[in-house]
Amino acid sequence: MRRPVDATLRLASDSQPNELAARFEVHYTRILDPDGRLRAPLPEPFSDPGVLVSLYEEMLALRLFDAKAVALQRTGRLGTYPSCLGQEATAIALGRTMAREDVLLATYRETGTMLVRGVRMAEIFLYWSGDERGSDYSGPDAPKEDFPICVPIATHAPQAVGVAYAMKHKREPRVAVCVLGDGATSKGDFYEAMNGAGVWHLPLVFVVVNNEWAISVPRSAQTRAQTLAQKAIAAGIPGEQVDGNDVLAVHSVMQRALAAARSGGGPSVIEALTYRIADHTTADDATRYRNAADLDRARRLDPLVRLRQYLVRERLWSEPQEMAAREACNARVEQAVAQFLAMPPREPTAMFEHLFAELPASLHEQRDAVRGRDHE
Amino acid sequence: MSEITLVEAVTQALAHELQTDERVMLLGEDIGANGGVFRATTGLQERFGAERVVDTPLAETLIAGMSIGLAAQGMRPVAEIQFMGFIYPAIDQLLNHAARLRNRTCGRLSCPMVLRSPIGAGIHAPEHHSESTEALFAHIPGLRVVIPSSPARAYGLLLAAIRDPDPVVFLEPTRLYRLAKEEVPDSGDALPLDVCFVLREGKDVTLVTWGATTRETLAAADALADEGVEAEVIDVATLAPLDMNTILESVAKTGRCVIAHEAARNVGVGAEIAARIADRGLLTLLSPIKRVTGYDTIVPLAKLEPAYLPTPERIAAAARETLEAA
Repeated sequence: MRRPVDATLRLASDSQPNELAARFEVHYTRILDPDGRLRAPLPEPFSDPGVLVSLYEEMLALRLFDAKAVALQRTGRLGTYPSCLGQEATAIALGRTMAREDVLLATYRETGTMLVRGVRMAEIFLYWSGDERGSDYSGPDAPKEDFPICVPIATHAPQAVGVAYAMKHKREPRVAVCVLGDGATSKGDFYEAMNGAGVWHLPLVFVVVNNEWAISVPRSAQTRAQTLAQKAIAAGIPGEQVDGNDVLAVHSVMQRALAAARSGGGPSVIEALTYRIADHTTADDATRYRNAADLDRARRLDPLVRLRQYLVRERLWSEPQEMAAREACNARVEQAVAQFLAMPPREPTAMFEHLFAELPASLHEQRDAVRGRDHE
Repeated sequence: MSEITLVEAVTQALAHELQTDERVMLLGEDIGANGGVFRATTGLQERFGAERVVDTPLAETLIAGMSIGLAAQGMRPVAEIQFMGFIYPAIDQLLNHAARLRNRTCGRLSCPMVLRSPIGAGIHAPEHHSESTEALFAHIPGLRVVIPSSPARAYGLLLAAIRDPDPVVFLEPTRLYRLAKEEVPDSGDALPLDVCFVLREGKDVTLVTWGATTRETLAAADALADEGVEAEVIDVATLAPLDMNTILESVAKTGRCVIAHEAARNVGVGAEIAARIADRGLLTLLSPIKRVTGYDTIVPLAKLEPAYLPTPERIAAAARETLEAA
């Protein structure tokens, strides 16, 4: 690990005129290319073909879930929903590599990571239908300490520093994972958080999901920086890029970063390069600001197609298996829809229920007024 | 037992909680070796270690956001913002996250954190060091806002704030930090949050105040007593949620009310108190409610500070007005 150099040390040193003060590099990792061909030796965890197949199945489940959520919005049963179409590889790889006791602080497009970590599909529908119970994570396998979705941009990054500080302070071998978008890297919150994580050498992995669009503003208008990963370097922590549509690459890069963080190696930033094929949300119309050619090019980089091609070529996957998997996923999703639609609504007084640990006496009157109004 | 100042009472409360609750930790700018710019954390890093009394990078968003993460993970962070003028980046974290974490997760996660900051004018500080913007925080649902007005209340209320299971903004009047001393036993006894303190009983007029202005209000009550007027003085202490029962009971008794605060008048907490008296206690009033406040101007720099701050004379004059009206 490089340590900060005091100004006085530098000034007192016997330096050459114009000598190099520091040098940094940013690496990019890819394992499977867009045609599903191996570009690097298959890392160890994938020697078991079952792992590869299950990664594909989870990406497929996410895609079907996501499409259903959009359909539910279009038919008036969900509010605004941010689709994660095209970003399945990164989301699933994050969920698969994190340990159960790690803590996820994510934005609104990490649905896949949340599902893998045990948030129930019905809860995700519930949240986007406008119901706080969607962030309750009440399932038996729920990640009870994960933060709820962060809607404001990058504000969860400083919170992740606190989570990681607590883990380190308590000597727990756990890691906080903070997932942000490319737009979030323009915010001071992100910089303050990376900087703090560096200062205290915390078990914290920042994952920048660079999907090239912050609503309508392209990555190129977001920053002059050549990569987003290099922003880590200013904070004194490692930053690297990965093909975010290559689930194997994200998986192995994440595994390495998590292992380092867990064993005292400190924080890092991973920039996952992907593309937001969907509109920003169901309330957005991306045809207003991006052209069809760009979208077509991005579609050819589809993370599911890539892994499927590899699996088929290796005879690990077949058309009948695909059909069966789709059918099984759709059944799961439909079951979740039914569960979600069957949820009885909350009482209006629920808005007072969790405002404080105990509702202050001065608020009883307002709560009782709501209760009385409903019983009129 | 020796008498201590308000800032020493803060230190005493912090030390008590660090000593008795291993979840408690302090974070902020210059709070370590330097003991904080107002010396509220003097000696604490030496005593409790740099891992629990943490000098942060110079980043207020980080301080506030990090506190939320710590709190959600079972710690009891007490963060210091150096001056109120530097607190505003933290509002994003307080409003969007700290105050609503419990609600938005249906109680799955919570945020037992304290954000301490000095508040107010009157110490000839540089620009951006003198504002009283407690109303901004009192407007945020899910947040407690507490302002002590004496060493004993600073000690007891800070203990309560640290032990509270929800986020508290704890605003310490800089003008009172070293103005007076009193005996404050290190008993570990907290004072109650969410209630006003009746500092002086009287039957003729109710003077409602908080923070540094409590001193001027008590001085006004003394002056009024010389004229035979018995003023009741109420220190609101917890500005949100607001204990109106104590205030309404007092107004029902006196029929008159003056609200004194250092913050600007427009949409100040005084306006809320007046509105609630109008709503629930109008028929007990013998005369209109008066407010004595800072002006709706920028707090002037040091030279004009005295002209801005409410004085005992202005408060007493307002009280006389309410007496003359009926």
